[in-house]
Amino acid sequence: MSIDIKTTKIEQRRVTFDNVAKKLGEGKVPSRYQEVMIGVQQEEVFHYRPTWDPEREVFDADRTAIVMQDFDDLTDPRHYYYGTYVIQRSKQQESLEKNFSMVEKRGLLSALDAGLREKIRKILIPFRHVEWGANNNNLFIAAYGFGTPMPIAADFQGMDRLGNAQYITRIGLILSGNDPVILDQAKSEWLDDSMWQPLRKLMEDSFVLKDWFELHLLQNFLLDGVLHPLFFQHFDNEVVDHGGTAFAMLTEFFVEWYGEAIRWTDHTIKTAAGESDENRALLMGWRDKWLPEVRNAALPLAENIFADRSEGVMDQIISRIETRSGKIGLG
Amino acid sequence: MAENVFIALQNNPDARPIIEAIVDDNPAAVVNDSPGMVKIDCPRRLVIRRETVEEKLGGEFNLQDIHLTLISLAGNIEEDDDEFVLQWNI
Repeated sequence: MSIDIKTTKIEQRRVTFDNVAKKLGEGKVPSRYQEVMIGVQQEEVFHYRPTWDPEREVFDADRTAIVMQDFDDLTDPRHYYYGTYVIQRSKQQESLEKNFSMVEKRGLLSALDAGLREKIRKILIPFRHVEWGANNNNLFIAAYGFGTPMPIAADFQGMDRLGNAQYITRIGLILSGNDPVILDQAKSEWLDDSMWQPLRKLMEDSFVLKDWFELHLLQNFLLDGVLHPLFFQHFDNEVVDHGGTAFAMLTEFFVEWYGEAIRWTDHTIKTAAGESDENRALLMGWRDKWLPEVRNAALPLAENIFADRSEGVMDQIISRIETRSGKIGLG
Repeated sequence: MAENVFIALQNNPDARPIIEAIVDDNPAAVVNDSPGMVKIDCPRRLVIRRETVEEKLGGEFNLQDIHLTLISLAGNIEEDDDEFVLQWNI
């Protein structure tokens, strides 16, 4: 006698929630990312208007001049929700921790010559205040943004920036042999050294921007698009060329993170620009308004690092931004 | 029927981008849903391309990771970093 094992397949009546099916179409199985992002934003039946902004509802699409049919279209191509984001970052942190402990244990940074160490101290350590500013700005987007994907991704971006600032702090402590004075010194340079003042002014101007999408463009597209390549490609290469390979081990995450984060930045801006000509005109106006300011703020830093080569480096960086602009429809 | 190759994967969120990629890259593939499992039949040749999976997944993907959801397969395997190919070498 032979036994046939048979299975019975039971079709489930509904493959997802109504709010998700409304956007994707009936019967389409959503990814986890789609299931947690789509149609979750509360849009009606609000309680009282907030005392801090009585013109608007607690969640209001009006807090940016950008108009979207559906703000849930501003998705994150990395498909980060809490689980995937945390798993990815914990993997990266584990490998970076290994680099840090190796550099510390073997004293690799102390092998650098004093001039180079001083340059790293002067250029990189005050930069932690910039990363903290980026944290603040992204949390602003997370707090006042509309739809679900954008605030969530901005929140992750903000947390990444806090992590970046902390890693810079740790590089500083390795340089100084755990003496926190290096951090106080970096802070007073951030506050008083003329090299940092244009950038500090720009950061502080960005803190009072009210339009969260303009802030997104300024912080994540322009400021990051200029400063990160300047610090973690050009300056990094400069240090490595002078024998500072160990330094590159400590900044590895910044490079990896930047390459990943600009996919989100570019995708969201491209989607908003593609929505309507009004959005595109707004975004191009913001870019034209802020790009020269960002360039001017970065210039004294580039001059300090590269001296007479600084113009060439800045031109390279700006032309990269222009290429990206063209690709995302802000040509 | 002997000409068909197949691959059977667990029906879970990790496998979904792989299944979507297979459907995109192999127009002749036939997807059979069973409880907990998805079996994909394809005449002669079936390819899984890393690039397509990455596109569906939204991140990096190592082709070796298909083994985490793989149940069974039929066909001769030819693989490199970019492609995983099932076919009959006759």
